[in-house]
This record gives sequence, structure tokens and C-alpha cells, in this order.
Amino acid sequence: MHIPDGFIDVPTSAAFVGLSAIGVGAALKGARTQLDDKTAPLAGLTAVFIFAVQMLNFPVVAGTSGHLIGAALAAVLVGPWAATLALTVVLLMQAFLFADGGLTALGLSVFNMSIISVWVGYAVFLLVKKILPKNKSSVAIAASIAAAISVPAAAFGFWIQYVIGATGTFSDSAVFTSMIGIHVLIGIGEAIITGLTVTAVLASRSDLVFGWKNNQKVLEIKNV
Amino acid sequence: MSKNRKFYVGGFIISLFLAGVVSFYASSSPDGLEKVAGDIGFIETAKDHTYADGALADYGVKGIENERASVGVAGVIGVIGTAVVAGVFFKIIARKPEKKNR
Repeated sequence: MHIPDGFIDVPTSAAFVGLSAIGVGAALKGARTQLDDKTAPLAGLTAVFIFAVQMLNFPVVAGTSGHLIGAALAAVLVGPWAATLALTVVLLMQAFLFADGGLTALGLSVFNMSIISVWVGYAVFLLVKKILPKNKSSVAIAASIAAAISVPAAAFGFWIQYVIGATGTFSDSAVFTSMIGIHVLIGIGEAIITGLTVTAVLASRSDLVFGWKNNQKVLEIKNV
Repeated sequence: MSKNRKFYVGGFIISLFLAGVVSFYASSSPDGLEKVAGDIGFIETAKDHTYADGALADYGVKGIENERASVGVAGVIGVIGTAVVAGVFFKIIARKPEKKNR
């Protein structure tokens, strides 16, 4: 879902640079409260892992591939603020080093993947976690469901941008149906990778996992 | 090796392996957005990337003919580069300036 230059007109792209700057600015502040010396390295590793897995396009339907976004994964592992920053670092590396994602479209892509996808994913994660029993597999399941929804959420972000500022003149509703349809399918892959990764990290270093630590804190308070 | 060190070294090696080796086997079909753009027609409005001729454009190293090596080296460079940038960045973010007990 890395948007190339040209799909969306310059004024809209510029407006989203502004919106994304506000979101990333807020994340810079928010991450200070959620990260410490102990969890900062995990935020770095999360960015590295997402960069690597984003290279691994998997087939979805005939002639189409998808790859992990990693927004829900990052939100569960390091919290939504640091997740926004991790995704943004990855998008900047990809755009500037690997010519993946247009430079003028960076504001659009950051908005969809680093902000919408992260926060929708995190909200769904919290909701699902609430109704499930308080254990590690619930955290992994909630992360998977969050991941599944975070992908069409990013696609929805693109659709909004398309409606506002498409340079082409194709039907908005056709773009909506196709974008959401294909990204619901890609979301299944996202859910599987996210579930497996969260399970693996919980098994080795649950003390670092933001989405699990929070859980523990609530329990501790209730036990007093 | 401490448990902590093991975890980070392990995660980094897995990332290197995925980007350096497994990436060669990734699907080269268009991704969701490209596919939709192609089907509907607005793919025509895409412009070439500013750095389309860059040394690492499209996850390949310019000058390395072997495709497996080209994408693999690009992936390794990306993983190391992201580790350096994100590592330093998050270290700065997490620094607590007004720590009293120092």
C-alpha cells in the first residue's frame, strides 16, 4: 500500500503531510511516556522486523500479492505511539533508499499505515482483549483480529485520499469496493503473521510486550 | 549470552535471514493497491519514483546481476540501515532527561 507519486494530487498530498506531521509529532511526545531504556530496543527491533517482513510479498488471489504492514503488530509489542514512529521510520527508509513509495506521497502513506492502521489496530486489540480471558493466547488472538482489521482500515484511508484528490477520473465506488475487498484478503495474511510473531515474543520475553504488560498492571491493581 | 542479548540477537538474525534470503522467494505480483490501480485504470497516473535509478531502487543492488544476490544484499543493507536508524532514534526518544537518581 505504498502510494506512488501521481495518484493523488499535490494539494491533497501536501495536506496529508501536514496531518501526518501532527500525528507523528504527537507520537514523539507520547512515545516518551511509553518507552524506557528497557523497551526502546524492542521498538528498534520491531522496526527492523517490519522492514524485513514487508519485503515478503505473499500471493493473495490470482496475480495479486500482499505483504505485512505491521501496524497492529507494532502497537501490541511497543504501544501505539512507538508503533507510529516505528512504521514511519520503515516508510522513510523504503522511500529514500529503495524507491518504494513516492516522496510526495509520503504524507499519504504515513497517514494510512503509521497512523490509521496503528490506531484502528490498537483500538480493536483493546476491545477484543477486554472480552477474552486474561492470558497470553488471548493477547495473540486479539492482536490477530486487530491485524485483520488494520489492513482494510489503511485501504479505507487511501480511499478517502482518492475521493479527495485523485488525479484520475475513475469511479470512487469502484475503487472502494476493490480496495476494501482485496485488503480484507491481505488482512488474513497480516493476522497470521501478527499472531505468530506476538506468540513468539510472548513466549520468550513477555515482560517487554506492551499489550501484555498493561494487562498485568490492571491485574496487580485489582489484587491490592 | 544474557537472555536479553539472546532475544535481540535472535530477532536481528531472523530479520536478516528474512530480508536477505527468504525475500528472493517473495511473490512478484502487483500488491493490492497496484492491482486495483491497474484493474480500474488509475495506474496510468503514477509517476516514476524520484530515486527510480537509485543504487538500491526496487530492492535490488545496482551492478549485481544475480537476482538472488541483488535482492538479498539489498535486504541485508535495509535491515542493518533500519537497525541503525531506529536503534539510535528510539534510544534518544526513551532518554529521560530529568532523571533524579543519577
